[in-house]
Amino acid sequence: MNTSDIFNFLKPKNELENQGEQIENRPYIPDELWVKCPVCKKPVLSADLNENKKVCPKCGYHFRIGARQRIELTADEGSFKEFDAELTSTNIIDFPDYTRKLKNAKLNSGENESVITGSAAIGGYRVILVVMNSQFMMGSMGTVTGEKITRAFEYATEHRMPVVVFTVSGGARMQEGILSLMQMAKTSGAVKKHSDEGLLYITVLTDPTTGGVTASFAMEGDIILSEPKALIAFAGPRVIEQTIRQKLPKDFQSAEFLLEKGFIDAVVPRGEMKDKLAHILALHGAEKVTQEGENK
Amino acid sequence: MSAFDSVTAARANDRPTAVDYITKIFGDSFIEFHGDRRFADDKAVIGGIAELCGKPVTVIGLEKGRNLKERMDRNFGSAHPEGYRKALRLMKQAEKFHRPVICLVDTSGAYCGIGAEERGQGQAIAENLMEMMTLKTPILSILIGEGGSGGALALAVADEVWMLENAIYSVISPEGCASILWKDSSKTAEASECLKLTSQDLFKLGVIERIIREPKNLDSMMFESFKNLVAQTFDRLKAMDTETLLQKRYNRFRKY
Repeated sequence: MNTSDIFNFLKPKNELENQGEQIENRPYIPDELWVKCPVCKKPVLSADLNENKKVCPKCGYHFRIGARQRIELTADEGSFKEFDAELTSTNIIDFPDYTRKLKNAKLNSGENESVITGSAAIGGYRVILVVMNSQFMMGSMGTVTGEKITRAFEYATEHRMPVVVFTVSGGARMQEGILSLMQMAKTSGAVKKHSDEGLLYITVLTDPTTGGVTASFAMEGDIILSEPKALIAFAGPRVIEQTIRQKLPKDFQSAEFLLEKGFIDAVVPRGEMKDKLAHILALHGAEKVTQEGENK
Repeated sequence: MSAFDSVTAARANDRPTAVDYITKIFGDSFIEFHGDRRFADDKAVIGGIAELCGKPVTVIGLEKGRNLKERMDRNFGSAHPEGYRKALRLMKQAEKFHRPVICLVDTSGAYCGIGAEERGQGQAIAENLMEMMTLKTPILSILIGEGGSGGALALAVADEVWMLENAIYSVISPEGCASILWKDSSKTAEASECLKLTSQDLFKLGVIERIIREPKNLDSMMFESFKNLVAQTFDRLKAMDTETLLQKRYNRFRKY
């Protein structure tokens, strides 16, 4: 589809009004057909954006994507088998408004929790795949999030499989109080057991990864990759600005900033991520799926 | 006492800090060690070795300072990454020389600032959580004042976690919670209740093993009996073989 024709309809209303009859005759264009890139501010056709894995074709901005789409982009077709899909949080410390928030999060995301776990193949290599979901309470980590991640690592340890984790999170989930803080220790313990068995753990940080997730399993990978320009922080920029009462430099806490400071291994664009993961898995002698393409 | 009374007591300026505990429990036997061997010596973390009932122990504390000058010097007990790395270095040293580790936790949280982020605050805490989980020597963590989120947890992955009666332990400060919930950071009392951050709440939730009763005047605390309790606990933990100790520690956190 040629995008330039479409853009006539994106012009401000006053401009269109000057075009007289054209308005009357213009076809109905639903909003979903185009989106404005928040970085370069240019309109992009949704179809083009999807074709480009939700990366702005004009400036390279990586739009946030949901966990299901991430799995689609990462796992070999039909290879993903989900674990613990039915696990879901309850209001364990009777926190105000949490029951309603959970209900909304489920409705809005169509998911039961802020993380999806399962087994998959990436470029033919068998892995345990863990993908956090920003569409569910901003990927915050509650007890069920921690439980699913811990179970995924324990499964990987038992079956001697590598783990790939895509992180996106606002941090520990306040509404579960201290029990969400404990998930940081719980998941770290499971990562350590997996690591002590000599098994590979690759983290992929995506925008934004902050708080208790940064201060636990996100930073515990043998290899830590990140999508370009992702915000990666322990304390978010607003909290720091309030604490030190000064503006932070531009790009502070970006993936590129962390790369320079020595905290991540590589910044990898979304379009290259799957091949990069497969390459790293290959170099670690990861097991290939069987001939029939079956992923056990 | 309400939850907010505990918050107030835990933060009180005249509350004994880690240094007071170290002086009262270990006296002259404490030798302070400095630095993380990577970047600097973080004064928000005090650490070293000492004698406990005739046996060597490693002592690590988050120290707020007892007067304004000390507090400035200690960054009000909010550690930078080098503080957590110093703590981990001392824990690894304890593992090598087979001595148990006692951590005294008192912090409003890990420091939020430019240097802390640049030097990997998240990474430093994450590494402590991971390494403490399999440190081959007993660890006892005691929350003596404030237990502020990840910055406190980074010294509290232990075989047992105890709390002073009026200490608090929370995933977020009551102020932070109130400003998110009600867009009003002054509603700290309500938020304190919601967060279940008192020693009684945490005991009920199974997050701590023991509450240490506080006398009205903390200075008159029975440090002698406290000391014996710690020594007995270490004797009990040391009697376990390492594999059992670590499996129990893993299960302790696995259950949440």
